[in-house]
Amino acid sequence: MSSKNWPLWEIFVRSKNGLEHRHFGSLHAADAEMALENARDVYTRRNEGVSIWVVESKHITASNPENNGELFEPAQDKVYRHPTFYDVPDDVKHM
Amino acid sequence: MNSNLYNYILGIADNSLILGQRLGELCGHGPTLETDIAGTNISLDLFGQVRSYFQYAAKIAGDGRTEDDIAMLRKEREYKNVLLVEQPNTNFAYTIGRQFLFDAYHLSFLKELQKSADLTLSAIANKSIKEVSYHERFSSDWVKRLGDGTDESKAKMQEAINDLWMYTDELFHQTDADKVMVEESVGVDVTKLKDDYYNYVSEVLEEAGLIVPESKYFHKGGKQGIHTEHLGYLLADLQYMQRTYPNMEW
Repeated sequence: MSSKNWPLWEIFVRSKNGLEHRHFGSLHAADAEMALENARDVYTRRNEGVSIWVVESKHITASNPENNGELFEPAQDKVYRHPTFYDVPDDVKHM
Repeated sequence: MNSNLYNYILGIADNSLILGQRLGELCGHGPTLETDIAGTNISLDLFGQVRSYFQYAAKIAGDGRTEDDIAMLRKEREYKNVLLVEQPNTNFAYTIGRQFLFDAYHLSFLKELQKSADLTLSAIANKSIKEVSYHERFSSDWVKRLGDGTDESKAKMQEAINDLWMYTDELFHQTDADKVMVEESVGVDVTKLKDDYYNYVSEVLEEAGLIVPESKYFHKGGKQGIHTEHLGYLLADLQYMQRTYPNMEW
């Protein structure tokens, strides 16, 4: 049995209720159910999670690094898009 | 010392100790990273459970021996585990087959042990049962995957089940300590688990597309300390450090 025959899955774990699922890593599994079990064993055995999502990696559409220029650079010189020009009242916390 | 209770606890604990050691042998050798971690997780779960049993046994023995002394320093004939759990990791199908045939028993056993009149035993059962539910899910899923997989995986899974089948009946044999403990509502009457066990195991095997063995010949002896030739080698590994460097600690 060789893992190279098993598709790759991306694993998302919610570390506690109220927080979003975050990408934890990827692993190999034959199907979604096995991916969940493997994720449970590989990523949550030290009490890291309360919920797991698995997505087969091929279903993720990623941006092409070659297009980074046109995709991301135009935003670099537009500081006015950050809400940094407001005075935050002292009473407002966690900003 | 209540020697019936002491022996009863060892009967439970030794199964998990020896199976945990067998699974531990595969650490770093699993067929894939994911199944390797799953196997060692199960092994660690079992070791965690046996610590509670051996701590309790040490308390009952009351002769100064620690949990480690009882777990690590007995002689082969003093181990009371069933023959099934000491069988070697011949290949992944054997590892999975052994695990499944034990897990199905272990889960139904712990469900009953939760009702024990002995509060320590019922508490350990209560704590262990979630872990063992997962073990059973893991191993039964793999039996189905291998049985329902390729021709080769099906043949290997069938071979493993056929070979291990003769060790299943012993799970339901009662020792003298068992009988006394059942009498006192402390122990589980394993004879009553047998029919459900074989029904359930047959159901899983059939779902896996495997043939349920019909052999009526079964091995026994583990519960009386009479083991297969495999246990001695396993104990040599298990006990090496404590025998060579007595009282060593991490």
